[in-house]
Amino acid sequence: MKKLINSPDTVITDALRGMSAAHPGLTVDVENRVISRAQRASDKVGLVSGGGSGHEPLHGGYVGHGMLDAAVPGEIYTSPVPDQIIAATKAANADRGVLHIVKNYTGDVLNFQMAAELAEDEGIDVVSVIMNDDVAVEDSTHTAGRRGTGATIVAEKVAGAAAEEGADLETVARIATEVNERSRSFGIALHAGTVPSAGRPGFELADDEVELGVGIHGEPGRERGTFGPARDLVSYALDAIHADLSISDEVLLILNGQGATPLIELYGAFAEASAWLGGHGAAMVRSLVGNYITSLDQAGFSITVTSLTDELRRLWDAPVSTPALRWGV
Amino acid sequence: MGCTCQYAGAAVGGLIVNLDATTARAWIVRVAELIHANEQRLTDLDATIGDGDHGANMQRGVAAAVASLEEQEPEDAGKVLNSTGRELISKTGGASGPLYGTGFRRAGKELGDEVDVQAVARALEAMLRSIEELGGATQEEKTIVDALAPAVAAFQETSGQGGDLHAAASAAAEAAERGAAATIPLQARKGRASYLGERSIGHEDPGAASTALIIRALADVTAP
Repeated sequence: MKKLINSPDTVITDALRGMSAAHPGLTVDVENRVISRAQRASDKVGLVSGGGSGHEPLHGGYVGHGMLDAAVPGEIYTSPVPDQIIAATKAANADRGVLHIVKNYTGDVLNFQMAAELAEDEGIDVVSVIMNDDVAVEDSTHTAGRRGTGATIVAEKVAGAAAEEGADLETVARIATEVNERSRSFGIALHAGTVPSAGRPGFELADDEVELGVGIHGEPGRERGTFGPARDLVSYALDAIHADLSISDEVLLILNGQGATPLIELYGAFAEASAWLGGHGAAMVRSLVGNYITSLDQAGFSITVTSLTDELRRLWDAPVSTPALRWGV
Repeated sequence: MGCTCQYAGAAVGGLIVNLDATTARAWIVRVAELIHANEQRLTDLDATIGDGDHGANMQRGVAAAVASLEEQEPEDAGKVLNSTGRELISKTGGASGPLYGTGFRRAGKELGDEVDVQAVARALEAMLRSIEELGGATQEEKTIVDALAPAVAAFQETSGQGGDLHAAASAAAEAAERGAAATIPLQARKGRASYLGERSIGHEDPGAASTALIIRALADVTAP
């Protein structure tokens, strides 16, 4: 296995040093692993998110005006620890309360919960919104529940815009929750990614196989399926989403690459997604195509559909200036 | 504690009958040794049904716990376990950090400056209850609880019948190991393995496996 790294032990530190060098708008605490805005916002609700590393640009790439105030990267595919989250919460706190946007994984939820309790002890109001938009796994008492995936980007964007406008903590949390309720995602992997310290792919797929409903850590989804043309794979993903939340009216669609799928293929897949929506009477009024929530060098894609309201669309269009999303400024 | 000297208090005629600060520290050091020796196995178990980081995470957490104990030398076993829990929460990451960390902290709080086998039984019970509560898991969901619950029951039964610390810890370790092995046919209901559904069947739960190591370590350091 060849990777463009110095050593598996320094992957995260090296990447944080790079982010610091590349983005003067960010303050990167390499040692404590907290990415925050260089210019601290004042008089607004703070937004903090985080999770395991390996999903770049999530979450550090979404720190900046109009989105997050701070982000905390854990080890690869491992939740950040409470000390980091508390430090980020303090960096984001401008005395209007802090929203934690947390993807629904047991480790993330527990670590953010411990951090929120400790931050509350220090007098910071914290509200957490748990994202669970992945339709691939059952949401029942028999599992850890649905996973948080691509809708997290939408929540960070629109809740960030609301906070920037001066909305209070309750409102910002309500908007993030609304995004979660109105969004669904589904991923398909063609080839597993490799965690640097493991040195080998996380799972094996034969040449004629795909993992349907794959998670962002390469964890399996519904079933192994048969490999086929982009048209079929995209339809499978959108059918799965549609079966869970009827897609109609105006939607935001994210055609996301998992890290090792070239943009030319993502655009081809996007064309199929666009055609599918047209065939189902939905209007794609906003979209993203590219690598926004990745799984290291996993090959494949995920689709996130958010059913927009006027308010959500307006907040999506609001100015944003981060390393990974930038418009209107 | 009747003795504040560093290496006395626990041994009576070569037998370790109490969980004093020295024995508690030795327990945590032994946990780190066993986790280190089994890091690859834990990682492989986790790669099969989770995300393949349990070995590395536990290694990082217990190494930090040992380093912290070397720095601060807590004066009783309760404080040793509390310190261990804090470090596990701070350094481990994943779900196992908060779960084990909270478990050790609650065990330490329950133990306080007591040292006898009955107090240890209550401390282990507190560890189990806090992990069940935080993780929302009960037995047969393919988690830490499947190893820890039978371990606590075996410890209580043995100590209740007059068994000493080592006898109780040994019975607990065997029960934990049986419990971990018994997770193999279970379908995961909690944690990341639950996403696999039926595909989680046939594999040992990495959390139950690391729990068995933690309890085995207690049996090791109390051996005559």
